[in-house]
Amino acid sequence: MTTDEGHEGAGDAGMSALTRTEVEEIAVLARLHLEPAELERMEHELTSILTYFTALAEVDTAGVPAMTHAVPMDLRLRADVALPSLPQDTALASAPRRDGALIVVPSSITPGRTEPGA
Amino acid sequence: MSEPRALPALLEEWEPVIGLEVHVQLATQSKIFSPSSTEFGAPPNSLTDPLVLGLPGTLPSFNQAVLQHALKLGVATSSQIRAKSRFARKHYFYPDLPKGYQISQFDEPLCENGHLDVIIGGGLKRVKLQRIHLEEDAGKTTHVGQTSHVDLNRAGVPLVEVVTAPEIGSAAEAGEFMRSLHRLVRWLEISEADMEKGQLRCDANVSVRLRGEDRLGTRAELKNINSFRFVEHAIEHEIVRQIRILESGGRIIRETRLWDADRGQSAPMRSKEEANDYRYLPDPDLPPLVVDGQIMGTILRTLPELPSVRFDRYQKLHGISPDDARTLVSERALADYFDAAVAAHPSERGGRMIANWMLTELLGALHASATPVARSPVAPATLAALVVLVENGTISGKIGKDVFEESYRTGDAPAAIIERRGLQQISDTGALWEIINRVVGANPKQAEAYTVGGKDGLFGFFVGQVMKETQGRANPVITSDLLHKRLGR
Amino acid sequence: MTSEYWSVADTARRIAAGETTALAVTEATLARIAIVDGTLGAYLALDGDGARAQAAEIDRLRASNAALPPLAGVPIALKDVLVTRGLATTAGSKILEGWIPPYDAHVVERLRAAGAVVIGKVNCDEFAMGSSTENSAYKPTRNPWNLTRVPGGSSGGSSAAVAAGLCAASLGTDTGGSIRQPAAFCGVVGLKPTYGRVSRWGVVAFASSLDQVGPLTRNVGDAALVLQAIAGFDPRDSTSLDAPVPAFADALTGDVAGLRIGLPQEFFEAMDEDVRVAVSSAVAALVERGAVTVDLSLPHTKLALPAYYLVAPAEASSNLARFDGVRYGQRAAATDLADMYARTRGAGFGPEVKRRIMLGTYALRAGHYDAFYKKAQQIRTLIKRDFDKAFRYCDVILTPTTPTVAFPFGAKANPVDMYLADVFTLSCNLAGLPGLSVPCGLSGDGLPIGAQLLGKPLDEATLLRAGGVIEGAVGLGERRPTGLATLVPSPRPARITKPGHAAPGGDL
Repeated sequence: MTTDEGHEGAGDAGMSALTRTEVEEIAVLARLHLEPAELERMEHELTSILTYFTALAEVDTAGVPAMTHAVPMDLRLRADVALPSLPQDTALASAPRRDGALIVVPSSITPGRTEPGA
Repeated sequence: MSEPRALPALLEEWEPVIGLEVHVQLATQSKIFSPSSTEFGAPPNSLTDPLVLGLPGTLPSFNQAVLQHALKLGVATSSQIRAKSRFARKHYFYPDLPKGYQISQFDEPLCENGHLDVIIGGGLKRVKLQRIHLEEDAGKTTHVGQTSHVDLNRAGVPLVEVVTAPEIGSAAEAGEFMRSLHRLVRWLEISEADMEKGQLRCDANVSVRLRGEDRLGTRAELKNINSFRFVEHAIEHEIVRQIRILESGGRIIRETRLWDADRGQSAPMRSKEEANDYRYLPDPDLPPLVVDGQIMGTILRTLPELPSVRFDRYQKLHGISPDDARTLVSERALADYFDAAVAAHPSERGGRMIANWMLTELLGALHASATPVARSPVAPATLAALVVLVENGTISGKIGKDVFEESYRTGDAPAAIIERRGLQQISDTGALWEIINRVVGANPKQAEAYTVGGKDGLFGFFVGQVMKETQGRANPVITSDLLHKRLGR
Repeated sequence: MTSEYWSVADTARRIAAGETTALAVTEATLARIAIVDGTLGAYLALDGDGARAQAAEIDRLRASNAALPPLAGVPIALKDVLVTRGLATTAGSKILEGWIPPYDAHVVERLRAAGAVVIGKVNCDEFAMGSSTENSAYKPTRNPWNLTRVPGGSSGGSSAAVAAGLCAASLGTDTGGSIRQPAAFCGVVGLKPTYGRVSRWGVVAFASSLDQVGPLTRNVGDAALVLQAIAGFDPRDSTSLDAPVPAFADALTGDVAGLRIGLPQEFFEAMDEDVRVAVSSAVAALVERGAVTVDLSLPHTKLALPAYYLVAPAEASSNLARFDGVRYGQRAAATDLADMYARTRGAGFGPEVKRRIMLGTYALRAGHYDAFYKKAQQIRTLIKRDFDKAFRYCDVILTPTTPTVAFPFGAKANPVDMYLADVFTLSCNLAGLPGLSVPCGLSGDGLPIGAQLLGKPLDEATLLRAGGVIEGAVGLGERRPTGLATLVPSPRPARITKPGHAAPGGDL
């Protein structure tokens, strides 16, 4: 994998005091523009919420499986049959900006794709 | 300032370390997580449905053909297949990623620790694969001035990502790996793998280190490589770039670089944010993907014999040269043709002759008429029959080529053609002796020049005369033998 | 009684019997909405034309003596997180303002097939995040029992509309209590089915592993009928259970002899006195009819709140990544892509949603996953195990639905205070179990109180059975919300009845 950002290390659930920088970083990751007043509020609110999670750190969960699905089941397989797609106009009807049959967005500063896949 | 050394010289001191991440588009009717069509080349945004558009409230459902295709590849690469694998959401924001995340696999991929045998030179080199996992493709974004234009037709098309261990040692090897993988996925009929259509894409992680060093150097990632040639060029270019930097005391920056084929160079992608934090999350909408004995049984039963196995077998069993074997396994239809022709041949030793005929006459005719092997007008059994007729002396090799051409053109059986045109080889020594006598008698001057005067070149003249008399049907070996006797030397 | 407070069963029966028409019921509903909803604020979008057309179709069917589907002509309101083709769907958020979906949710398709008449979309907390409907980006909804109080959330529009007779039933969604808590606050029945019982196709996702759609109705029998119409396997939802769907109405036998009612001590510690009294009366009602109580403990209950507030925001931050202004919804002006995303989402999402996205993003960051999300998922397993163990000793678990009655607007300004309102309802979602809230009394100041029943997976039937008994014994009966008394103008809305039938008396 190109990225080595993954589930590394066991972190500490008690890292509850968020710094202003961290809040700003998270806002960027989440693509949320926050006004200074919002950032300020967010710092306090998130910190106070996070203190609740220290209770979790104290619980011994060694060997306890993570519940990824409430009811255990296997993934169902769908037959490989192509069904009719949405008409082009319907697909594009809600797009805030389009050019013919293409959806238009402002360009990013970076040329080309910044992410893997193509 | 001394001349910069060329790559071969640099490679005496430096060792390139290359790992490839290859995306292969799987050939299915519908997308991996929704039932809209995967058709190529449709008008933009005409192959979408609510899930492809990432509309609120939509949920993924998994296409079983994707599993079957991926398992074939997993088995063909001797990978460990996970009985329960999971899908994970990989988050990032980009206009052609409708949900704001890509459904991929992270912790528990479908296949791990396989290998691909790459045909290099005369032999096979085993390249280890770290993993093969399933994921969905994104749409396409094109840049037009200050804006980007998005087409979501491709969003949701099924992909497998094949990740090699970082142990490919040269650009050439990387190119061969790509060719081998290309051939294998087409062989297994799981992908068309047309690089120009974006059905086979390669990202390369390249680093260099001094030979003998254990530690890996800092790597750069190359993207936008969309042909086999560019795989080699881009990687070679990168190796040289890195070595030059290191030799002049610089450091390699860990970055992603885009290959510019027109300019023959790469440039770093300037990204606004630093590292990619994909915040992987096991997808709560998709329970674990289970591979059971029944599914595996079907895959194992229906898997064709692999190119590398046949490559080996053709050399060992049929005595075919490595180059010829490589050509025979370049395409499954060709290898299947060969196997069928050999099976139709009465003896077990027909392989080499059949290979020769295939690689010269058959391929030549197919290329000239732009016909795929599978639709060859000359069937494998027919070719085998023709080879037998040459082997047993019914016709000469030269006449055989003629018969092949006519059979290819008309579809008539070789035996019928030979019969109709009276092309049977003349091998009767008595008859040939008579003809030779006539010919030599008719050309006394040449005979003397050859026998007494030592003009070796005239032997060919007499052979030619005999052939003329017999419309090319004289058995060349016997003719030559008898001529030598008649001419005295 | 005028049609506005008819039960689902009654409405369907009368229409099928020809005592009234679907159109008459629809018109009466729309007329009442016109009078009441300006104040109540339950509806975000009305589909008058669509509703009339659906009603007319039912009436045509009836006139042709064809068999009518089970909910024919029943007016239903849909929480605005349920996607409806051709009808605006906002999820209570500005970011989806103006979005007209091109498809219907599975449950909407099922309701239409059952003949129900969709009156419109009702209000909710933005993206179902909240416990009071105060987080709706459009307007607050008021509690019909007391207009200064919240109706609960996030399905507050649903509970208010059902309580106020603005529909016969509503579909809400429940991720941490969002059907049950508003049902309790508004004195109606709210049912969260077992996870996977009802398809989530077309439900705007909040927390995928917790969300479920369920009915809010004025009585338990109606809840059974509506659940029947929407439950069952849907291949478009990979988490949909392929399990047999029983005839839920058959569960309402009234027989609870020998039923073992588990009372978990952790749920009976801190609550309002009025709540304690009302819930005790519910227990007593069951015991009087032969049920037995079993004291038990669900030891990991205290962890439900932090576990929920890790799992839900993490999944939400992922599910809401698609709201980016590219393909649908609102888009902010910007000349750069990253800016467009940030401004679109910054302006389009309200404060609670932003808070949860931030929390979720934080929890999923590289290096945090094990300590936060994974840990919380492990806690879920422990909570589920608590229930598995408890259900060896009892058939159903009874608790208060909420520790308090409906609180005033603005009372829970601190987010954590708001989160605590869900403390009794969260475990059920974490464990994927079915849960029912049924009214069991009124507080001293006339506010409804709900008793919560939690069941084994796929055992909605036992919940309905026990809930029916509680309702019969200590339910609110014919009592109607008193908060609306001031809203009725002098002339009553016209009632269309068949000639010869006396119009039943009753008030709003």
